Amino acid sequence: MQDEKYQYKVNEIYGKEMTMSNKLLEIKDLYVDAEEKEILKGINMQINKGEVHVIMGPNGSGKTTTANAILNNPIYMKRNGSILFDGEDITNLKTDEIARKGIFMSFQSPEEIPGVSVTNFLKYAKNKITGEPIKIFEFKSELKKYMEELNMNPKNMERSLNVGFSGGEKKKNEILQMLVLNPKLAILDETDSGLDVDAIKTVSKGIEMFKNKDNAILIITHNTKILNSLKVDYVHVLINGKIVKTGKQELAKEIEENGYSKFK
Amino acid sequence: MSKTQINEINRNIYDIKNKDEYEFKIKKGLTKEIIEEISKQKDDPEWMKEFRLNALEVYNKLELPTWGPDISELDMNEIATYVRPKTKLNNSWEDVPEDIKQTFDKLGIPEAEKKSLAGVGAQYDSEVVYHSMKEDLIKQGVIYTDMETAVREYPELVKQYFMKCVPVYDHKFVALHGAVWSGGSFVYVPKGVKVEVPLQSYFRLNSPESGQFEHTLIIVEEGASLHFIEGCSAPKYNKVNLHAGCVELYVKDNAYLRYSTIENWSKNMLNLNTKKAIVGKNAKMDWVTGSFGSKISMLYPMSILNGEGAKTEYTGISFAGKGQNLDNGFKVIHNNKNTSSVVNAKSISKNGGKCTYRSLVRINETATNSKSSVSCESLMLDDISISDTIPVNDIRTDEVEFSHEAKIGKISDKAIFYLMSRGLSEEDAKAMIVRGFAYPISKELPVEYAVEMNNLINLELEGVIG
Repeated sequence: MQDEKYQYKVNEIYGKEMTMSNKLLEIKDLYVDAEEKEILKGINMQINKGEVHVIMGPNGSGKTTTANAILNNPIYMKRNGSILFDGEDITNLKTDEIARKGIFMSFQSPEEIPGVSVTNFLKYAKNKITGEPIKIFEFKSELKKYMEELNMNPKNMERSLNVGFSGGEKKKNEILQMLVLNPKLAILDETDSGLDVDAIKTVSKGIEMFKNKDNAILIITHNTKILNSLKVDYVHVLINGKIVKTGKQELAKEIEENGYSKFK
Repeated sequence: MSKTQINEINRNIYDIKNKDEYEFKIKKGLTKEIIEEISKQKDDPEWMKEFRLNALEVYNKLELPTWGPDISELDMNEIATYVRPKTKLNNSWEDVPEDIKQTFDKLGIPEAEKKSLAGVGAQYDSEVVYHSMKEDLIKQGVIYTDMETAVREYPELVKQYFMKCVPVYDHKFVALHGAVWSGGSFVYVPKGVKVEVPLQSYFRLNSPESGQFEHTLIIVEEGASLHFIEGCSAPKYNKVNLHAGCVELYVKDNAYLRYSTIENWSKNMLNLNTKKAIVGKNAKMDWVTGSFGSKISMLYPMSILNGEGAKTEYTGISFAGKGQNLDNGFKVIHNNKNTSSVVNAKSISKNGGKCTYRSLVRINETATNSKSSVSCESLMLDDISISDTIPVNDIRTDEVEFSHEAKIGKISDKAIFYLMSRGLSEEDAKAMIVRGFAYPISKELPVEYAVEMNNLINLELEGVIG
């Protein structure tokens, strides 16, 4: 009884959010196969609201598999374990349902969709995610604002999604989508790879704009460049399908200097 | 993930069947007596009666095509080639009988006229039931009427052009058309007159086990321009219906003609249509085609570039679902120097449907310094659908620029996953990819038709995912 009374007061003073758990994503003992090969061998991870996490690891360690497994890409097979998001089991939900719960992934190689303009695509997607009609004028000015911040050519708005975009334009476009769709959890899969220094700065700027105390970011990368301009809460080292070490930002520095050999 | 499951699509408005009511329906089959009876019913002048009987003789001599889809199920003894609706030609929409009017109302025909057209024709079974055109075009000497009226009122013009571009011996179904043709539109645009707003004819075949053989004849004189739109649909019956229309287009020097089609015949229709254009000096002929209906379609519009600097562009899409075999394409003959042709053909097949792009590009010795660029792309939505490309390129001079590009693909699972990760359901994702694929074509269509085409795509994809 005591607790309930206390709870009531907290609700009254701070609003409901304060009493809810801060926990956003929880991965429990996750085993995943790709093409009948075991890739993830028991992953455990917890991401709270307001946090920035990084998964680092050499090629083939299972980084992209982790991202795809969270979004339940049907080509990956979950053999064991569960994924909870906002307290709800999303392990076997369809990808679009997971997206509508508030998880976004920036793709390593974004797909080209001919004949569908960036504007129309985002309008459509935002409507699906929010379930609300889109106010065109508001939407366009929001889009324009973000594109300016990301140094994107406004002409790209009317171009077919990712068609003929350079590598850098595609990655910026992913960040643009993240800003417009405004998820609770953004997974950035190798968003920094193949980008020059300026583009990495722009991408980091986008991430800073997105970040707030109610959402979280999971960055997947095999190099540390992007971490120089971004404050990170946790770094996880993924080797051969297992998280072998979790630490603070310094862990990334250590890897930058010494590589992964000491974790193998 | 659940297995793909296909439901019969909801063709809603297209499938409204009116009672098979008519004033006169010729008995089934194709004999001299039947042709004479049609000619009598239509009150043909003597020359037209002779023309029909001659065409019948040619028909009897010609063989069925030995290539393309199998059309052996077509039995002309089971087809009534002439069905006169129970109304005369009306110039006022109010005078069109209620059930026929309702059908066209539901198809949006008079609505479109009010909004965005300069003139409208509507054919029901074998005869045109409504025709009208804006006053200012009449004043400028533009003629837009049904073919029968043209035969009666402009015999010299008709005699000069009728089945000269598409002669009856072209192939068996052209000969058939020559013998039993009925209805269709006649357009004459005088020298220098630019018709800014499109004219549209809509063809509706309601009567079961019958054929529609409308004849469209368009003459765009020197320096004139026109956009003509045709739409076609029919409700579905269990027995075969036949469409063997004929379109003849004369685009004179420096003239421009755009011919847009949305074909949505029911899926028991054999669509054996013939379309041809003769293009003069520095004139341009554009074809825009969306082909969704029919059980079997064999349709290859053709541009003959006779004048120096003549140009043509073909933009077309076919969408074949279950039980459909759409054998469509484009033919172009370059006869003069500095001529050019651009082809952008697309096809979508799903649920066992078959799309074939069959084409001819012929550049004759006389057509030096000409250009032709052909691009065709096919999209298959599943493993049981079929897509094929059969191009014939006959280039008889070295002084040409010619390119041919063909791509056949499937919707990639990666693209679907990408879109689903942005909140789109699998069905929405597929529809978005297909609409995007069709976009280069739909953007060429008048806006109402582009909307209709997107609706058709959505209809076709409805229930694709179980």
